[in-house]
Amino acid sequence: MGLLSLAIWVPIAFGVLLLAFGRDDRANLVRWTALIGALVSFAVTVPLYTRFELGTASMQFVEKFSWIQRFNVNYHLGVDGLSLWMVLLTSFITVIVVISAWQVITERVNQYMGAFLILSGFMIGVFAALDGILFYVFFEATLIPMYLIIGIWGGPNKIYAAFKFFLYTLLGSLLMLVALIYLYNKSGGSFDILSWHRLPLAGGAQTFLFFAFFAAFAVKVPMWPVHTWLPDVHVEAPTGGSAVLAAIMLKLGAYGFLRFSMPIAPDASREWAWLMIALSLIAVIYVGLVALVQRDMKKLVAYSSVAHMGFVTLGFFIFNELGVSGGIVQMVAHGFVSAAMFLGIGVLYDRVHSREIAAYGGVVNTMPKFAAFALLFAMANCGLPGTAGFVGEWMVILGAVKANFWIGLGAATALIFGAAYTLWMYKRVYLGPVGNDHVKELKDLNAREFLMMSLLAIAVLWMGLYPKPFTDVMDASVGNLLQHVAKSKLP
Amino acid sequence: MIDKLSWMAIYPEVVLLVMACIIALVDLSTTGARRTRTYILTLLTLAVVAFLTGMAAVHGQTVYGFGGMVVSDPMGNWLKCFASVALMVTLVYGRPYAADRGMLRGGEMFTLSMFSLLGMFVMISGSNFLLIYLGLELLTLSSYALVALRRENAVASEAAMKYFVLGAMASGFLLYGMSMMYGATGSLDINEVFKAVASRKVDHQVLVFGLVFIVAGLAFKVGAAPFHMWVPDVYQGAPTAITLVIGAAPELAAFAIIIRMLVEGLLPLAIDWQQMLAVLAVASLVVGNLAAIAQTNLKRMLAYSTIAQMGFMLLGLVAGVVNGNTYNAQFAYSASMFYVITYVLTTLASFGIILLLAREGFESEEITDLAGLNQRSPLYAGVMAVAMFSLAGLPPLVGFYAKLAVLQALIASGQAIYIGLAVFAVIMSLIGAFYYLRIVKVMYFDAPVTATTVSAPRDVRFVLTLNGALILILGIVPGGLMTLCAQAIVATLAN
Repeated sequence: MGLLSLAIWVPIAFGVLLLAFGRDDRANLVRWTALIGALVSFAVTVPLYTRFELGTASMQFVEKFSWIQRFNVNYHLGVDGLSLWMVLLTSFITVIVVISAWQVITERVNQYMGAFLILSGFMIGVFAALDGILFYVFFEATLIPMYLIIGIWGGPNKIYAAFKFFLYTLLGSLLMLVALIYLYNKSGGSFDILSWHRLPLAGGAQTFLFFAFFAAFAVKVPMWPVHTWLPDVHVEAPTGGSAVLAAIMLKLGAYGFLRFSMPIAPDASREWAWLMIALSLIAVIYVGLVALVQRDMKKLVAYSSVAHMGFVTLGFFIFNELGVSGGIVQMVAHGFVSAAMFLGIGVLYDRVHSREIAAYGGVVNTMPKFAAFALLFAMANCGLPGTAGFVGEWMVILGAVKANFWIGLGAATALIFGAAYTLWMYKRVYLGPVGNDHVKELKDLNAREFLMMSLLAIAVLWMGLYPKPFTDVMDASVGNLLQHVAKSKLP
Repeated sequence: MIDKLSWMAIYPEVVLLVMACIIALVDLSTTGARRTRTYILTLLTLAVVAFLTGMAAVHGQTVYGFGGMVVSDPMGNWLKCFASVALMVTLVYGRPYAADRGMLRGGEMFTLSMFSLLGMFVMISGSNFLLIYLGLELLTLSSYALVALRRENAVASEAAMKYFVLGAMASGFLLYGMSMMYGATGSLDINEVFKAVASRKVDHQVLVFGLVFIVAGLAFKVGAAPFHMWVPDVYQGAPTAITLVIGAAPELAAFAIIIRMLVEGLLPLAIDWQQMLAVLAVASLVVGNLAAIAQTNLKRMLAYSTIAQMGFMLLGLVAGVVNGNTYNAQFAYSASMFYVITYVLTTLASFGIILLLAREGFESEEITDLAGLNQRSPLYAGVMAVAMFSLAGLPPLVGFYAKLAVLQALIASGQAIYIGLAVFAVIMSLIGAFYYLRIVKVMYFDAPVTATTVSAPRDVRFVLTLNGALILILGIVPGGLMTLCAQAIVATLAN
């Protein structure tokens, strides 16, 4: 078995094992098994980085077997600079999520942990798949565990949120399925994504494909105006669900643009870039303003996710090296930062059982250690230099200015809104005198929470201070992608 | 003159018939409340028959017997094999339920089921309109009696009556259509009919007139809208074990006669019947999916879901012949075959759960009866969830590949109208996802009404787990079954 297969199937195998554990009387055993499973899964992905060959845009760690002969579908895996960090991010966040749920989830622990491990395997599958159907299978399969996670362990309005999440994203991806089958027939019977990249396509066909993929990926990212499911779902999802959703699942959509829309329909991508840029700018500016007026912390972070993902899509569709690399860096950075933000809210919610900003005030007085971490992540969320959030946004803005000054200016103003809503929330929740009795009784982080926060803090600072390992990996692939997109595929 | 080959073509049917009679006799001396002896003998017989047909299918030969009256080809043999297995599973699930409701005072349930299977076999083997009709009547007559097996139960009797009246009408349609074909072509033999129609010397108007009746009759049998009215009432009214007898294996036989009559017999008229099937498919998708949303009764909801699923299956048959070219036929028909087989597999699992949850004096029929099943039994909730996600067409479950194959057949035709149909089907399956998800929601998100754990006899537990696992396993490695369907259809088309 190759490394990528292990990265996919080890967490799934552990997840299935956990499901077989049965009832909650062995909850601690379940937790330790889940942690071991997550750590092993992470350990399996580390060699992907250490053995990754820099300076080449070709796929690495390739595995290819015939899977469904009838439709010439292959079990075809591989990673390049665009996907490598997403695989590592996924396995890393899964470890964090398992730790975060340790004492919080007490009912049906085995199903909770199992669902997250299986989900982790599916998501790695999405990033590693090089066959259209394999990609689609993993992409859709992620809906099942997430639906159950939201519906079983979610908040009071969980059922609405679970259905909204499922049906909204299913609608988009079904259109993508039609596009995949269309490409299969156009390419003379192949689901190989890399050969689709080279397939000449007429203008009309490219436009159709571009919008079919757009339906799937824009909903997932989510881009304005199809972002409305995200705040509802984030509010109701359990902490771990929100973290995985924001940190990884949104990236499935962004990654789809890189792997499908841009290289398969480059002419349509260039033709419609204005639309993508416009939607991204609206997400960055307008949704940023919407975030400003939220009273619910989770909703605020959810809107801030939409705004940050707007930077990602903006970076992709200005078609220059800085923009695309910046977008990918931003994907990884947002993975760390948004997970940290949601887990931080989870820490407070576990103690006070409220997500309202007004229910807090002066938390720094009773939880100084936690407030310090929260400050770091808040700064990263506003894009302070030295944190992960800075690198990606800065690259995207530079790229945008190169492409068009006004786009760059629009994106840059968004940084101000980002700082405004994040810091204002920080001020209202953490600073000032102790707000009420609940806050007075708060206990600071325990060892488990401290560990979880530290891991994320290290990641955020490392990426902010020394982003070279991240950008080195993607350079060759981004260059290759841009060359590819620049060439017309019209027959 | 009857030669040896003729017997080769029908020996599974002979075994089945002889054993059905023997079991009916043996049952006279059986007294146990659960009819264990009859049960085991029936299962053994079905296993032997499944084995025989399976071996014949693997062998892959096409044998005509009795002067072209019957045919034994890979497609037919596989369908027979799966039908036997499906009936075995049905009987395993249904026995405790039937015993609790006094349906096993005699062994009729087993013998009638075997006769209904014999009817299916004759339908599948028949290469002659009349023989197909006889098989169909054997199947439906056994089914009427099975539905009426709980004669003291008013709902069941009503369902039996409805089923009989509407079923008889459908048979009448079919017979009328066949007589028109006979009148036009002068033969009941399917191959002869094909030659006559292909020669284009036959009056096209008479043929199409007959075709309308045949398609209507077939639509009745598979439960496609607008001929679906009996499906919800019979599914709901019949004792659940019997619902499964008439709802699972017979779909395979119905698929077989569609292929035999429309493809093997009337392929030159494809342009006409494809249009009719397209209309039926669209109507079924709309009626089935929309009506299913409004149901509170689980069996009724699954009945509407069946209508929708059959609509999807029919879509595969629509795209076989494009502009008189049959290059797409093998993809289209094998997609439908794969669809119907996987549909039966998932139906068995979902009704298995309903049967399992029903207790003595309690029918687990309402959707709310599933509430909190995950807390009562994670295993069975998992099986049901897998079945529902599969019916909704979600990967990595087998239902996804069934839908994928049908959509691929539609899109491969390259016709704008078929691509439009594919997009329509996709939108309908999104609506369908809603009510399947609702079942999952009730099982996983709602609190249970009773805290009792679910217990099942060992055989039921084993088969049900296997059934659920198979939906998942076939979802991970669907290639084998797909190839099997493709080879079977290619062999059938070659004749």
